[in-house]
Amino acid sequence: MYDFAYQKPGSLADAVKLLKGDPEAKALAGGMTFIPVLKQRLNKPSAVIDLAKLGLSGITASGNTITIGAMTNHVTIATNADIKAKIPGLSEMASWIGDTQVRHRGTMGGSLANNDPSACYPAAVLACDATIKTDRRSIKADDFFQGMFTTALEPDELITSIEFPVPEKSAYEKFRNPASRYAIVGVFVAKGPAGVRVAITGAGQGGVFRHKEMESALASNFSADAIANIKTPADGLNGDIHASAEYRAHLIGVMAKRAVAKAAGR
Amino acid sequence: MGFEGIGASVKRKEDPRFLSGRGHYTDDINRPGQLYAFVKRSDRPHARITSIDTAAAKSAPGVVAVFTGADMQADNVGGLPCGWQIHSKDGSPMAEPAHPVLAVDKVRYVGDPVAVVIAENRQQAKDAAEALAIDYQDLPAIATVLDAVKPGAATVHDDVPGNQCYDWHIGSKEPVDAAFAGAAKTVKLELVNNRLIPNAMEPRAAIGDFDPSTGDYTLYTTSQNPHVIRLLMGAFVLHIPENQLRVVAPDVGGGFGSKIFHYNEEAIVTWAAGKVKRPVKWTAERNESFMSDAHGRDHVSTAEMALDAQGNFLALRVKTLCNMGAYLSTFAPSVPTYLYATLLAGVYKTPAIYAEVKAVFTNTVPVDAYRGAGRPEATFLLERLVDVIAHDIGIDRVELRRRNFIPVDAFPYQTPVALQYDSGNYFATLDAAQKAADVAGFEARRTAAKAKGKLRGLGYSTYVEACGIAPSAVVGSLGARAGLYEVANIRVHPTGSVTVFTGTHSHGQGHETTLAQLVVEQLGVPLSQVEVVHGDTAKIPFGMGTYGSRSLAVGGSAMVKAMDKIVNKGKKIAAHLMEASVEDIEFKDGKFTVAGTDRSKALAEISLAAYVPHNYPIEELEPGLEETAFYDPKNFTFPGGCHVCEVEIDADTGVAQVVNFTAVDDIGRVINPMIVEGQVQGGVAQGIGQALYERAVYDANGQLVSGSLMDYTMPRADNVPNIHVGTETTLCTHNPLGAKGVGEVGAIGSPPAVINAVVDALRDYGVRHIDMPASPQKIWSIIQAGRPRAAAE
Repeated sequence: MYDFAYQKPGSLADAVKLLKGDPEAKALAGGMTFIPVLKQRLNKPSAVIDLAKLGLSGITASGNTITIGAMTNHVTIATNADIKAKIPGLSEMASWIGDTQVRHRGTMGGSLANNDPSACYPAAVLACDATIKTDRRSIKADDFFQGMFTTALEPDELITSIEFPVPEKSAYEKFRNPASRYAIVGVFVAKGPAGVRVAITGAGQGGVFRHKEMESALASNFSADAIANIKTPADGLNGDIHASAEYRAHLIGVMAKRAVAKAAGR
Repeated sequence: MGFEGIGASVKRKEDPRFLSGRGHYTDDINRPGQLYAFVKRSDRPHARITSIDTAAAKSAPGVVAVFTGADMQADNVGGLPCGWQIHSKDGSPMAEPAHPVLAVDKVRYVGDPVAVVIAENRQQAKDAAEALAIDYQDLPAIATVLDAVKPGAATVHDDVPGNQCYDWHIGSKEPVDAAFAGAAKTVKLELVNNRLIPNAMEPRAAIGDFDPSTGDYTLYTTSQNPHVIRLLMGAFVLHIPENQLRVVAPDVGGGFGSKIFHYNEEAIVTWAAGKVKRPVKWTAERNESFMSDAHGRDHVSTAEMALDAQGNFLALRVKTLCNMGAYLSTFAPSVPTYLYATLLAGVYKTPAIYAEVKAVFTNTVPVDAYRGAGRPEATFLLERLVDVIAHDIGIDRVELRRRNFIPVDAFPYQTPVALQYDSGNYFATLDAAQKAADVAGFEARRTAAKAKGKLRGLGYSTYVEACGIAPSAVVGSLGARAGLYEVANIRVHPTGSVTVFTGTHSHGQGHETTLAQLVVEQLGVPLSQVEVVHGDTAKIPFGMGTYGSRSLAVGGSAMVKAMDKIVNKGKKIAAHLMEASVEDIEFKDGKFTVAGTDRSKALAEISLAAYVPHNYPIEELEPGLEETAFYDPKNFTFPGGCHVCEVEIDADTGVAQVVNFTAVDDIGRVINPMIVEGQVQGGVAQGIGQALYERAVYDANGQLVSGSLMDYTMPRADNVPNIHVGTETTLCTHNPLGAKGVGEVGAIGSPPAVINAVVDALRDYGVRHIDMPASPQKIWSIIQAGRPRAAAE
């Protein structure tokens, strides 16, 4: 990696100030994407602002909301009793990310801010109609994801927490890239206060998206049969050496059915 | 001390060191004053170098030197030599284009080394490399073998028209043509053997060290054969006499063939160390490994079998197009010829075989031996063809195999493609594998799987391979530019402990244990008192290293010969000490005994007398107890066996999972059953990797698309089932151990077993053949295309 200044501020205000003061500075959460990018010299920040000391990790359950601090790592999310009981789809999603080492370092806030088109969390956040809280505002999931590696965040804006309204049912199914084990197709299904929402990650050229046709079919009949005949068009889907757009379109149907069947049984 | 000799599953002596992070690998070595090299590689598949401006890089912070191909040329550095020369059908020698250590005039693959920056630390070397100004003029690139042979194709080497390295053949064409003309039935199959990237856990590394006071060079390198590297680099590239060049290959973290070859970076760091008069270290990053370690396989073939009405094989005709990559790696030409086409008889008594092999250059990383080297390609072709024959003519695939197996009483068996198999029993391994795999219960498992929406299939592979490539004189006549014997020096110390100096090299195989067990068996010394030394040309005699599953069959046999000499000398010393006739001395369990008496001397007493020769037959016998033996095998060895694979396919997604795998191999004498089990399991895991997951992908422009572990799929723990390993033994008839070799059988036998199982699972979908890897998308496409047919039937 290239040389950079390293800062570890002790407060959110200081971290934002550092970012505001230096457009070339970059924030470091868990680093599970950022550090490899630095090692490959694909990014040359002037400074790396480590968010580890901002007190942004932890999970609180209150009424019908679960709030997850932005710096909470995957293993904490996967093993949290409230999440297991109330949003099992999110719990299983976190437990399938990367390997043990990655799950102890990677964070939900880091993943969301990066918005990798094959990352898992965006599907949970979008399907659950979660709200992304930042140092300055609240952003609804529908407004947050704006295309691959693109979000509604300002360059100096930091996610502080993610608020999940607890859904009645939830499940995640993931068809893994055989090499990287990222999602080739990930489908998160949630039946919650905002109705039934189906979010697809890994497949879309523009990153995570909602499958409206499935959502309306499931609204009246929350069962795998309700979406059995829905064909997802391949237009706008990714293709690579592992999976063509047509194959991804097919997998969306398979994974969605499995996720719905699992959620319905919960 | 429990039983530790031949046949004991003693724990590996090297494992505490490896498992506790105390191994000593090349990158763990640091020399005083050491500098770091960064190799600037071509990002173009094919381009003319119009200029290289090194000025900015040279003046960058910490930079000590920057060298290009021109600097090496000016210093008379030679090109990397090729160790095997093939002659084409017409008698002409293969095309052997220059292989400069650093590119001169042209770059020919993405990863081709162009310049080296040497600096005080790695960061500085990398920073400075970005300041190198290299101008290229792009040329059209050749990415595949099929593109390479198209009329009017661009040429990788200006002096190699048509990109052809050689056009070789083996066997007899006329009898094959005649058999096809009169055959009751012929079956044809076109198939691809997918290109693989080895990915040893330890990336390659090299440190060049130069001592200005003596003029001596030392190279520390991740090699399977340090003496071969010393010979090739010293004699052909850097012109350093052997007495001034030491090559050390310390602990090596996996090789699988990819660390046999003499690589550019070894010559770069050694030469540069002499130039800058300081040690120079280079360690590959994983992405460099992808674009600079020799790749494996990469064949496109047509296979045809002529049969009589009863399904007896009459003749086999094979045409193979194979990829050499951009340059000839050290042993590349031998792999698709003498290690491939000579195995096309397989385990079958096919009376006539004719194979043509055309090797071509492409703008890709050089291709060379990878675990199995040629034999997996032959086995995949043959075992797929046999299943397709069974499918096409409607005969049971096992019955077809049995009908054509070489009979048990036919050994030694001369094949129509040069090899003479000394021993084997293919019926025995097939029977044992069927039993261990519970083939009888398969249909019930298949039905149960169907109820869960899974398609279950069972596949066989019955194979033979050839190890311990030899004898030297024969392989010399076939083009080898090296001897293929092995050497061992056995040093019995004064108190009876033993050091073995072997010319073989262990890079994970467990030689420190297996070879020590030979000493336990033959000299009666406890395992804890036997040390095995390898991997340092300053310590060991000139040996050929480890590849081709040769270490036990060839290196172990050299040890047996050396220990025979120890015993013979010991008998003379014992006879003197016990005042008996040499003829009356017997040696057993570490004791020299006067036959028929209770008078005996332990080995330690004899060795002490040999080194403290106060009472010693000094007039007739030299002091000391140390012997060296070289062993040149009379023939290859021929391990073989039967692998049975069961897969389950998720019909909705196309994902195939290996759920059961049984390997019953005949590897000759087994020294350590536990190590054998591990070797077979590791090999099968690699075979499953080739069959279902691994694929080196170049795009049409010659860019390596699968250039990292994010895209190149290595098999992981959850892809590999518990593998049942069994052995059925016929001994090798021509080496003193009866050993055949086990390092590669897993990777050779398993790929067709997996694919045959996948095809079997898809039997209702009208599929005849699937090329590797049988990826989910490929299987899904077959299921999609086959659905209407399956529904209609």
